[in-house]
Amino acid sequence: MSRQQLAIIDYGMGNLHSVSSAVQHVSADTDVVITRDHEVVKNADRVIFPGVGAIRDCMAEIRKLGFDMLVQEQVQSGKPVLAICVGMQALMHRSEENGGVDCLGVIDGEVRFFSASETFQTASDAALSETGARLKVPHMGWNQVAQSITHPLWHNIESNTRFYFVHSYYVALGERGQEAGRSHYGLDFSTAAAQNNVFATQFHPEKSHAAGLQLLRNFVSWDGAQ
Amino acid sequence: MALAKRIIPCLDVDKGRVVKGVQFVDIRDAGDPVEVARRYNEAGADEITFLDITASHEGRDTTVHTVEKIAAEVFIPLTVGGGIRELKDIRTMLNAGADKVSINSAAVSNPEFVRAASERFGAQCIVVAIDARRVSAEGEAPRWEIFTHGGRKPTGIDAVEWARKMADYGAGEILLTSMDADGTKNGFDLPLTRAVSSAVSIPVIASGGVGNLDHLADGVTEGGADAVLAASIFHFGEYSVAEAKAHMRGRGIEVRD
Repeated sequence: MSRQQLAIIDYGMGNLHSVSSAVQHVSADTDVVITRDHEVVKNADRVIFPGVGAIRDCMAEIRKLGFDMLVQEQVQSGKPVLAICVGMQALMHRSEENGGVDCLGVIDGEVRFFSASETFQTASDAALSETGARLKVPHMGWNQVAQSITHPLWHNIESNTRFYFVHSYYVALGERGQEAGRSHYGLDFSTAAAQNNVFATQFHPEKSHAAGLQLLRNFVSWDGAQ
Repeated sequence: MALAKRIIPCLDVDKGRVVKGVQFVDIRDAGDPVEVARRYNEAGADEITFLDITASHEGRDTTVHTVEKIAAEVFIPLTVGGGIRELKDIRTMLNAGADKVSINSAAVSNPEFVRAASERFGAQCIVVAIDARRVSAEGEAPRWEIFTHGGRKPTGIDAVEWARKMADYGAGEILLTSMDADGTKNGFDLPLTRAVSSAVSIPVIASGGVGNLDHLADGVTEGGADAVLAASIFHFGEYSVAEAKAHMRGRGIEVRD
């Protein structure tokens, strides 16, 4: 089997070694490179677009390094792209984090704060009176993901399997945004999205044990078609 | 369908070796943190916390290598605490593959460090560890203070107020240890856990005092904790993580399979 190249786009936000070692763990015939070199990304067979931290800082770095155009090109190219956590959020039109930040607009949707949602606050108040504690933000830990569609990346993963999350903002997809997975935490929200050759997850597959590794295994063998 | 409550085994590591011993039946090297982490990962632990108690600088380099090795093969969240005093300590641990770092005494001596760390690396990877002792007399309204130096040195800081302040400064999570309960096997200090958990909007991990599986469940149902941390009951093979989860599920708590 010929070797394939997988590029993890590095824009200086957080630890990318976990993603890299998880991919390496499931696919010995994939060369994984963490890179900020545009040419390496362009020449790769598939791309992971990660992200942690504040969206304003992420978008600032993405723009500074010219990754906004690069990511758009990768999306257009048809090669498989996996966006993780803030990477998923960065693909939306806009985030309300940090007073409002324009994002890449690859997927129709916006990013909202849990605590700003009335539905969430009502659920949190109910939790406080029932259990003595509010619904905490960040949404941190293992939550179930209900699969909204059949997709090659869900291969061999049952619907409602738990994945590891850590985030304070959530994606609200617009009319044209296709949801691939959905979770509940005070409110229902999209935790995976699919668009042609792009798959995006709010959860961290690289930290989600067997199910996460299976999703990465599915990604390294995905041809980019839904 | 809801967020699962987490069970977190905690390892004390000195110069790259697990101390206080781990007694799994069929483990090759119970002192090897990589081996132990791998076992807890397979056993269904939701996260793993490492407390580095190494005093020497050279020993700490060993810990960094240990974290690297674990992160290369254990794909659940890993928190590293102990000796995190500067931003570069955090960067070193995150680069080695830790997902979160736990800050304890450095937060007490310089609260701004927590703010700087959160702004630089994001709240999601900043855990503030709080060691508290009850200071109110019997019959008084309960009050707890922060203690440092392994619970020996009082600071005069109110534990609940401190937790609130740390959340405001950008902590993503609180690791709350009752120094009164720690080592007793009589269960968490539930009033303390509840007081802190209801005071902050970030997740709280209860720690200190677990002796049986009901203690773990009580931490959630009565303490309002989002996660429970234990060491000896797992290390000495008294209970497995799977038994702990089955028990919690039986008490109506959502856990990950």
